[in-house]
Amino acid sequence: MARTRGGAPRSSAPYLFLTPAIVLFLLFLAVPIGYTVHLALRRTRVSGLGLGKGSRREVFVGLDNLRAAVADGELWAGWLRVLGYGALVLVVMLGLALLFALLLDSAYVRLARFSRIAIFLPYAVPGVVASLLWGFLYLPSLTPIGGIDFLSASAVTYSMANVAVWGGTGFNMLVLYTNLRAIPRSYYEAARMDGASELAIALRVKIPMLVPAIILTTVFSIIATIQVFTEPTTLRPFSNTISSTWSPLMKVYRDAFVTGDLYSAAATSLVIAAVSLVLSFGFLRVVRGRAFGESR
Amino acid sequence: MSRRPVGALPTGLLVLGAIYCLLPVSWVLISASKAPGELFTLGTLTPGTGLLENVRELNAYRHGVFWRWMLNSVVYAGGGALLSTLVSAVSGFALAKYAFPGRNLIFNVLIGGILVPSVVLAVPQYLLFSKLGMADTYWAVLLPQILHPYSIYLARVYASAAVPDSLLEAGRIDGASEGRLLARVAMPLMVPGMVTIFLFQFVAIWNNFLLPFIMLGDDGKFPLTVGLYTLLAAGANQPSLYNLIITGALLSIIPLIALFLTMQRYWRTDLSGGALKG
Repeated sequence: MARTRGGAPRSSAPYLFLTPAIVLFLLFLAVPIGYTVHLALRRTRVSGLGLGKGSRREVFVGLDNLRAAVADGELWAGWLRVLGYGALVLVVMLGLALLFALLLDSAYVRLARFSRIAIFLPYAVPGVVASLLWGFLYLPSLTPIGGIDFLSASAVTYSMANVAVWGGTGFNMLVLYTNLRAIPRSYYEAARMDGASELAIALRVKIPMLVPAIILTTVFSIIATIQVFTEPTTLRPFSNTISSTWSPLMKVYRDAFVTGDLYSAAATSLVIAAVSLVLSFGFLRVVRGRAFGESR
Repeated sequence: MSRRPVGALPTGLLVLGAIYCLLPVSWVLISASKAPGELFTLGTLTPGTGLLENVRELNAYRHGVFWRWMLNSVVYAGGGALLSTLVSAVSGFALAKYAFPGRNLIFNVLIGGILVPSVVLAVPQYLLFSKLGMADTYWAVLLPQILHPYSIYLARVYASAAVPDSLLEAGRIDGASEGRLLARVAMPLMVPGMVTIFLFQFVAIWNNFLLPFIMLGDDGKFPLTVGLYTLLAAGANQPSLYNLIITGALLSIIPLIALFLTMQRYWRTDLSGGALKG
């Protein structure tokens, strides 16, 4: 019997086992991506009076739609809003997640189990329901905190960021905490012998060891934040300060299903995908450069 | 020196975080107990007397459509997560335990799917499903959520740690087929990791809004997220509907919170340890 070095026999078994995943990948990832590219490069042209069958034809227009999407002022306004919102969410959410993970891991904390469960609890609440709950808490007639209009044009970005921070901190905390627990305790002993305080150990030993996990959570958070859709869509009924194109993805939705311009929607989706790829890889490049620069 | 010194500041910060996270959940718990009139008159943290009446009203809303949404969410999340876990486990096992040409290529391409924003997928998936006449069906929400690249990655990591090569070797010497090894040797060993993958997928599908929102038009097929959104969109300007929305929000989070509290030890994000520690 022919055997590979790994010990498993040469057979078609692994390919057979991977077939479901590959078929699903082709059907629900590769084909839709291809179709988006196809649509983004086309547009309907109306000939004659635009009446009757055959008067509307799909024609190839090259990069016209993409150029229009890049130059679209409404979309740019959306990018700026999401950039401000996203920076706020990323810094506060990941900052809190890191803080709570370090606190849970420290030996000086009581009520750790209760706090861990409580902070992770919002993960079990769908974004729609989280926005709905906070939306009611923001309503002037119901809010327990008087004196602030949470849904005014100047405050709505912060209010929306709060919903995302509330919903996302627990999961990221759990990722970081799990990574912290995996570090052998003996790593800290040497520092303790040298008289380092718990704070110094957290800053000098724990955080540097967490860097890969922090990078991972940051990249996932960047991808999620760029596609923000649920929170602004659900908060819209509470406030007239959130437009139907507040975020780029909301504009894709409007183009595709309200105005029926699939070609623009496809082009805008590609722009969003490109921005999120550039930002995630850009971030990875920056941190990798930084990490190499620091080590020796 | 005391055995275990307690820092007041760290404990205080952590408890503050816990209170912040519990605030909206306790608010909805208390508010759902308030009768329509009490919502605006009673203090924020004072329980009311209308919980049963609110639930009765929700039951009656459009012939009990709320419970239909709940059932749909269970079908989408339960069915989707089950299929997703099986596909991930089988793929992860193949990638971890066999050396074959194209292994790295297949793994990298599958994992690359993590980076594809769902927006690029949801709209064309809808268009393709509608060409097949399958938009607005259960399949349209179920099928696209089965493939989950990160779960395949987790399953691969878990399979390498939890399934010993020697056990597979012994099975092969006894003449077991590869399919039998997968079903009788590998899968049972991978169960704890598969439970974790199932839970994360269950929550992800249960919480998903964009895909069902785009795919579905008939409110009899809505999951809870889309159903509650339509209830909110209809009722945000009618304070008389607030009780219905708040009660619906409360009932909608109970199943997940129960799942979450009862399955504590499976909520882990790192499966490289092989066995789960209780």
